[in-house]
Amino acid sequence: MRGRMTMETIKLTIDNKQIEVEKGTTILGAARRMGIDIPTLCHMKLDDLNIENKPGGCRICVVEVQGRRNLSPACITKCDEGAVVRTHTPRVMNARRTVMEFILSDHPKDCLICPKSGNCELQNMAIRLGIREITGQEIAEMSTYRKDTSPSIIRDLDKCIMCRRCEMMCNEVQTVGALSAVNRGFMAVVAPAFEQNLEYSPCTYCGQCVAVCPTGALTEVDHTGDVLRAIADPSKTVVVQTAPAVRAALGEEFGMKPGSLVTGKLVSALKELGFDYVFDTDFAADLTIMEEGTELLARLGKFLNGDEDANIPILTSCCPGWVNFFEHNFPDLKDVPSTAKSPQQMFGAIAKSYFAGKINVSRKDMVVVSIMPCLAKKYESQRPEFSVDGNPDVDFSISTRELAHFIKQANIDFNNLPDADFDRPLGESTGAGVIFGNTGGVIEAAVRTAYELYTGKKLSRLDFDELRGMEGVRQATINFDGLPINIGIAHGLGNARKLLDDVRAGRSTFHAIEVMACPGGCIGGGGQPLHHGDSSILKARARAIYEEDKNKTIRVSHENPYIINLYKEFLGEPNSEKAHHLLHTHYFDKKAKIIVKQ
Amino acid sequence: MSSIKIELRKEDVDKINEICDSFGNEQSELINVLHKTQEHFGYLPAEIQEAIASKLNIPVAQVYGVVTFYSFFTMTPKGRHPISICMGTACYVRGAEKVLDEFKKELSLQVGQTTPDGKFSLSSLRCVGACGLAPVVLIGEKTYGRVAPDDVQDILKEYQ
Ligand code: SF4
Ligand code: SF4
Ligand code: SF4
Ligand code: FES
Ligand code: FES
Repeated sequence: MRGRMTMETIKLTIDNKQIEVEKGTTILGAARRMGIDIPTLCHMKLDDLNIENKPGGCRICVVEVQGRRNLSPACITKCDEGAVVRTHTPRVMNARRTVMEFILSDHPKDCLICPKSGNCELQNMAIRLGIREITGQEIAEMSTYRKDTSPSIIRDLDKCIMCRRCEMMCNEVQTVGALSAVNRGFMAVVAPAFEQNLEYSPCTYCGQCVAVCPTGALTEVDHTGDVLRAIADPSKTVVVQTAPAVRAALGEEFGMKPGSLVTGKLVSALKELGFDYVFDTDFAADLTIMEEGTELLARLGKFLNGDEDANIPILTSCCPGWVNFFEHNFPDLKDVPSTAKSPQQMFGAIAKSYFAGKINVSRKDMVVVSIMPCLAKKYESQRPEFSVDGNPDVDFSISTRELAHFIKQANIDFNNLPDADFDRPLGESTGAGVIFGNTGGVIEAAVRTAYELYTGKKLSRLDFDELRGMEGVRQATINFDGLPINIGIAHGLGNARKLLDDVRAGRSTFHAIEVMACPGGCIGGGGQPLHHGDSSILKARARAIYEEDKNKTIRVSHENPYIINLYKEFLGEPNSEKAHHLLHTHYFDKKAKIIVKQ
Repeated sequence: MSSIKIELRKEDVDKINEICDSFGNEQSELINVLHKTQEHFGYLPAEIQEAIASKLNIPVAQVYGVVTFYSFFTMTPKGRHPISICMGTACYVRGAEKVLDEFKKELSLQVGQTTPDGKFSLSSLRCVGACGLAPVVLIGEKTYGRVAPDDVQDILKEYQ
């Protein structure tokens, strides 16, 4: 009878054990639930984020299903009632080796000097399957491909195994469409249109392709050598800033469990590395809230007065991947985002003006380094508008992964470092600055400050659970003392596109929208330790960020004493002329144009 | 990340738009759009792929992906004297491949390519329905039958 909604289930046997699963489950899914770890290469699934790559192309996951003539790829084969599956018969093992040998026959063997070595899924698979020789290598000629270096990303497609994870990320999750599978046979690779360099594509440098590439085909541009040289140069004062999401992930590179907060060790390590001042990007995040929050309240005031040019909703602008995206895809809306620079760039601008003045160092003798979970920040730091007479506000931006390598190379025993504190004045931050690392965090920080400034009242609670979570698009209404403020949140650029399409069509009912390019926000950034498809790692990092916020004595940006002082001593008011000059920017139309010759 | 500008003539843009419109600007019709466009222009250069992508609202990388996947799409213009060698069964059996090799050698050209001066291009065809004349070579509108590798030099001389 149909009285109750019951899930249709299926019973099957895998490796002699019975299991009952929901209809539609793949053999891979069922096996994983039983603790049977069928090897996979092209397949990747991030639960909770709705991200899955399942081209069924590599065939490393094949299993034997009784009664079927051919072996079946477990990642795309659905469970049948009564099926009898075997995952490690001689036939299966042989097929897996053959698949692996085939992939390796067109793969360079220079693992020793590959940037992915030790962290490469292909290498791990070769180890796991115990591959000792590659038969047939003499016959196959290796395909070669030119290297492509952009400001953020290196593409070394000799190492591409055509898993197409990057293509899925760029097209389906980010809807950027910079990458596509091109050519066929041995020459097949994933590349931008006309196999141009990434630089001449609509790439946003979000780095999500790098974050999922199982091999050394996609990696970040390494700037650690530049940083090492700057530190060694006695004429330079080297200042470092570290982004919020770094402290919640760096520990993973040293064997700690995901979600370990390593703020104190991180500061110690940076001091050991020889940076002259160790500061916190969270300070600049607080500053961003002052500028962006003030802009929000000004626009909101206009909007409530019925001003047509109020430009509501306001969009956050602290994520450079997102900025690149709207410059390419929504140039007609380029006046809608806040003009506030990202925290990284605000920090650079203040370090090389206010702080340089305070310690009496000239701009050209100061080097600002940033430690970021992000690859888009590399490109951002090189934007010409963020430099003065050719001297950039941020000289080098390195990723969490690069910092981990740097620490290891400097013989620092990270796990046993004592905790240390950030230097003053640019190292003091609030809980509001910390949560910038999570999706929803920027807008929560902005709400905390905007509410108190708008209503003149203290918030009775600081945790806005309605703004948190991993849902791709979220919305909430926050009551500003009788005034309902509608807030939208998107992470992942495909989700952002949905909200932007509404804004473009005049359908949006939001007053403010936060966008982060990376799924999960910066904790899932393209420069973070690799998650290898395990979304529980991202959730653990998110929890750690909220924990750090809770531990802070001050949790609203406008109460940061060093921020208050910065305005008093130097900037005047938020959105003052000086603040505008140093802390705000403008955007460009980067959409590809077709010019019609008459 | 830099913004890309491409130039096209008005009549070419109009033609591309007309073709896309005739397929309802459906993204799923991409292959048919590309076919029709190549029929008209003879080849599918980058500019034309950009215009199609923009009209159908799909990433140009995907258009390029399709163009490079199917061997009947080409990004190089045909030569002024396009040479096609029949590779149908009858021609093949009677030595078409040797004839093709001879053309390749004489012109230093691969199938699908065009000489740098734009004069000759080389392609292979399925049976052209003149099996009695096998092996058959077409140059522009002209048909050559019973071609032997030794004839190739003389044939090319006609186009000096
Ligand atoms: S960095 Fe982001 S936008 Fe660029 S190719 Fe990779 S996934 Fe696409
Ligand atoms: S570049 Fe990396 S992620 Fe993309 S298809 Fe190749 S191996 Fe897979
Ligand atoms: S979400 Fe964070 S890590 Fe990702 S591009 Fe934006 S700023 Fe960078
Ligand atoms: S992992 Fe199943 S086919 Fe690649
Ligand atoms: S096979 Fe060449 S014309 Fe028929």
